[in-house]
Amino acid sequence: MILLPCPWCGLRDAAEFGYVGETGARPDPRATNKKEWRDYLYLRRNRAGWTVERWYHQMGCRRYLLVERDTTTNEVRPAPTAGERAP
Amino acid sequence: MTDLRKRRAGPARYSGLALLRHGVVGDPWPAAWRTHELKASYDVVIIGGGIHGLATAYYLARNHGITDVAVLDKGYLGGGGSGRNTAILRSNYLTPEGVRFYDRSLELYQGLAADLNFNVMFSRRGHLTLAHSDASLRTMRWRAEVNKVSGVDSEVIGPDDVKRIVPHMDTSEQVRYPILGALYHPPGGIVRHDAVVWGYARAADSRGVHLHQDTEVTAIDVAAGRVTGVRTTRGDIAAPVVINATAGWATLVADMAGVRLPVQTFPLQAAVTEPVKPFLRTVVVSGTLHVYVSQTARGELVFGASVDPFASYSTRGSLEFTEGLAGHVLQLMPSLAKLRLLRQWAGLCDMTPDFAPIMGPTDVDGFLVDVGWGTYGFKAGPVAGEAMAESVATGRTPQLISSFGLDRFAHGRLLGEKGAAAVGH
Repeated sequence: MILLPCPWCGLRDAAEFGYVGETGARPDPRATNKKEWRDYLYLRRNRAGWTVERWYHQMGCRRYLLVERDTTTNEVRPAPTAGERAP
Repeated sequence: MTDLRKRRAGPARYSGLALLRHGVVGDPWPAAWRTHELKASYDVVIIGGGIHGLATAYYLARNHGITDVAVLDKGYLGGGGSGRNTAILRSNYLTPEGVRFYDRSLELYQGLAADLNFNVMFSRRGHLTLAHSDASLRTMRWRAEVNKVSGVDSEVIGPDDVKRIVPHMDTSEQVRYPILGALYHPPGGIVRHDAVVWGYARAADSRGVHLHQDTEVTAIDVAAGRVTGVRTTRGDIAAPVVINATAGWATLVADMAGVRLPVQTFPLQAAVTEPVKPFLRTVVVSGTLHVYVSQTARGELVFGASVDPFASYSTRGSLEFTEGLAGHVLQLMPSLAKLRLLRQWAGLCDMTPDFAPIMGPTDVDGFLVDVGWGTYGFKAGPVAGEAMAESVATGRTPQLISSFGLDRFAHGRLLGEKGAAAVGH
């Protein structure tokens, strides 16, 4: 079982969460161009190793949170910015 | 008999006569493929020694006479997705592009054993996709019509016909997800996945392709927008054409060339039971229950599921998967309750946003991709190899794969192949 550190509920089973995925800066829709917007929509870094990603505690407090996870081992640690607004 | 020594140097031709001769003479069989020193340059370097990479190498040599080809793999041949899939073949897709493409693959699979002189144990079993809701029944009617227009044998059948084809199926209405009907696809079937890999490897080797196992690519050299070669753990190679056919690791290899991909890597778990007498002829798939089942020639039941709920490069199995799988299989066939699982494993799937592959050129000249194969790469191996070989040999993207280009994302021309995996994503 993988436990995720929810800043509000503590360590909880990953099955309670929805996976949102890796984070990235969202371009301003009014100022962006097609290429930049589609890159944002579709391109993924898909890193093997430690990565910061967003999860949604759908069966708990229903808040979004940031988690650091090593994608090669699924080891998890709280992101330094956990609880704050994602970049 | 006189050329036995010569035969030992290269791959032997497998036949009943050869078997008899080897049995009588007691001569050891030559290795199915040879090992070579790494050359300093090749015309084409293919990264990834799975079915896609090996098929590309084979068709480059067979169809286009390009034999100065190296296939590099960081592990052993067929150790990735090619050895971890559930070996189900079918062509009943949803989009006309998908149907045409996968039907060509099925055609190649049917003649593969004779073509490669290697028994790949292709077995045409029929393929059932179960519908448990009005919505999925409607999608299946749609799929059946798209299939028929393309000449693919595919039809919607009712629960009684399902029961007739698979007597062990619980088609009663007293279950959580009653079976309302199914999409029946008679040409679907299974094949022995390792044999396909070995067959392509041996046939490519016999035509002069160099297969390099335990050879990990550590960097890709690009100069002035053109690929010039690769660096590996065994030495550097100069090459004007480099193909990325690394499935779950596709992003990491593309990064080396500075090409970004719309790919995320998800594990997909599968499991196999102890062998029992043959009772399940057909491949059975249920999207609602996230499970597919087939029985191998050895008698084992092979189960697969949808991809894990989060991206990962880890191939460890999970208890959630086994529990869910067992529950779902028993809903379909309650009589399997006493059957024991032998083992479970995971393979890495390179998922794209539109469940269609990415094939063809990139912004780096000479660097081609054959990636984004998600949960449907194995069944496409032969046609992908054939099309990639044609791309390299002619410098043009064949019509069959023209809609699968990497540039479709930048132009907003996504495919929406929801028939890609029979189970949910």
